[in-house]
Amino acid sequence: MKTSTEPTRTKPAKPRRLVIVFGLLAWVIAGLAGLLLGPVSLPFSESLRALADAIPGVAMAHSLTDTQVAILYEIRAPRVMMGSMVGAILAVGGAAYQGVFRNPLADPYLLGVAAGAGLGATIGFGIGTDANFVTLLAFLGATGAVALTYLLGRSMGNRTATALILAGVAVSAFATALQTYLLQRNSDTLRSVYTWVFGRLTTVGWSEVGGLFPYAIVAVGLIFAQRRALDVLGVGDDEASALGLNVTRVRWVVVLAATLATAAAVSVSGLIGFVGIIVPHTIRLMTSWSYRVIVPLSIVFGAGFLVAADLVARTVAAPAELPIGIVTAFLGAPFFLVVLRSVGRES
Amino acid sequence: MFIKRSAVLTALLLMVAACSTGSGDSTTTVGTTSGAPETTTTLGESTTTSEPAFPVTVDAANGQVAIEAMPEAIISLSPSATENLFAVGAGQQVVAVDDQSNYPEGAPTTDLSGFTPNLESILSYDPDLVVITFDPGGLIEGLTAVGVPVLLLPSATSIDAAFGEIQVLGDATGHSEEAAAVIASMAADLSELVAEVGELIAGTTIYHELDPTYYSVSSASYVGELYALLGLVNIADAADPEGFGYPQLAAEYIVDQDPDVILLADAGFGESIDTLRQRPGWSEMKAVANDAVIAIDPDVSSRWTPRSVVFIREVAEAIAELVPVG
Repeated sequence: MKTSTEPTRTKPAKPRRLVIVFGLLAWVIAGLAGLLLGPVSLPFSESLRALADAIPGVAMAHSLTDTQVAILYEIRAPRVMMGSMVGAILAVGGAAYQGVFRNPLADPYLLGVAAGAGLGATIGFGIGTDANFVTLLAFLGATGAVALTYLLGRSMGNRTATALILAGVAVSAFATALQTYLLQRNSDTLRSVYTWVFGRLTTVGWSEVGGLFPYAIVAVGLIFAQRRALDVLGVGDDEASALGLNVTRVRWVVVLAATLATAAAVSVSGLIGFVGIIVPHTIRLMTSWSYRVIVPLSIVFGAGFLVAADLVARTVAAPAELPIGIVTAFLGAPFFLVVLRSVGRES
Repeated sequence: MFIKRSAVLTALLLMVAACSTGSGDSTTTVGTTSGAPETTTTLGESTTTSEPAFPVTVDAANGQVAIEAMPEAIISLSPSATENLFAVGAGQQVVAVDDQSNYPEGAPTTDLSGFTPNLESILSYDPDLVVITFDPGGLIEGLTAVGVPVLLLPSATSIDAAFGEIQVLGDATGHSEEAAAVIASMAADLSELVAEVGELIAGTTIYHELDPTYYSVSSASYVGELYALLGLVNIADAADPEGFGYPQLAAEYIVDQDPDVILLADAGFGESIDTLRQRPGWSEMKAVANDAVIAIDPDVSSRWTPRSVVFIREVAEAIAELVPVG
């Protein structure tokens, strides 16, 4: 890529492949641990046999009780799946935003996804109907907030990323203020809202997994397809246009995909912070600044990271649960600092 | 748990005995008459009786609080305190209660908030006593600065604490006698209930659901202690080693524990046996299969008031009916 004005830090292809393999391995191990470990201890070898039995074409007898099978397939398996999808979406969404806006702190939360979803959920809890309704309102709130950010950003006249991000900050502040006001007026919903905000994979089942799956596939696929364009965008709008890239179109596609998927993820799992910032940056610091590397690695490491965080959330205080949002911040922030420091020393 | 249960029970029985002798010979211990003056319905200065001995000093969580004269403009920012004030006969002296205080019917509900109290709006009612369950910061200081006594009565985490708060409210408002009588009758009702159904339902395992994200109550809460008193075994206890009272349980833990009875405090928010059945792994649980799911009132079951005794009787009787099935 001669187009990049960044110092070419791109490392040779071979170690990168190793990192991908390592990431996949980490994800598989986190996933297996997520299936085999938990507040209820299941017999290890029998659980493995039961898992093998689930692989199509493999028949294996096991001695798990109905309850144990339900715990394995109905409770843990969807959680691992959901954790993987949410982690991948948040991480790749963050990476995509950082590329599109050329802003290292950008992620979908910045354009109002989090604040909008929070507001929607608060309204949902205030009206007090069922959980599906809260999910729907959170999704509408998230997409609505980003749409508003867009309209405001465009109305500011210039088409730069700064206008958009400023609009996002304003919309987030406004939505948060509105949410706080509603909470003050309906203080009985305070706990439900905070539980929601801190993030939860606690109650996830296969139906939620099925609901998020299309978003995950489409969004992750679209962003993956645009990973080269993200590298070109890195040189600046004018230069990228001169190189023949349809800047507006790429920006729209990537932002729309990342936003919709994040909104969908957030409406099911609650607000899980830090993943969209920490995962892409850690990858950037440890491997390459090219989005051809960052995007695929974000998908794999994001998935593994969230599955691992969820495992911590449900085992460290077992049989009580910790909110996963606290775990991601608690584990993620210091880890990120360590990476930052060690890379700083190297260079 | 067994030791704790019998200890509470003994304490209750002692209390019943003490109270019954007290009211039997109608000699007084703390106050004077048994609250007859409070039957007057006029509001204002005329309700002030000459009987209760003021000034009094009472013990609240914010230390010793001195109350100079019988309060006539009480503000309660706690639904439980509101119920307890009315129960001890101080309802006439209450001028404003917070937006969550929805019982009893005649309570002067306002838009004051107990969660985010505003000093100025509270002072606009010109109170001479304010009762709160928690101070978000500066409230007690602010009210004390302008000479308004404040009683901080935090969420009761035990039967003992609940009785203590009711007595403090009685003492502070000139209704010591009625408060003692309310406590005696609660204690009597509880021990009677234990005698009636205790044998039948003791050992039944329960899961009390606060919300669909599996927040629950342990025996370290007021309602949890009521359950423990009946000998019910609470599955949330294992998740609450620090005695916080309201742990969030892991889904698989609930399924694995397979409690005999599920108490749904979130039934008013769309949860029912039908939604339980749809939860992953729940349809095979005993309580769901046997229809041993009981919807409970989220207000009554979270307050430490005389109504809780009626509530726990209803729960005990409902469980007793289910026992042959479970």
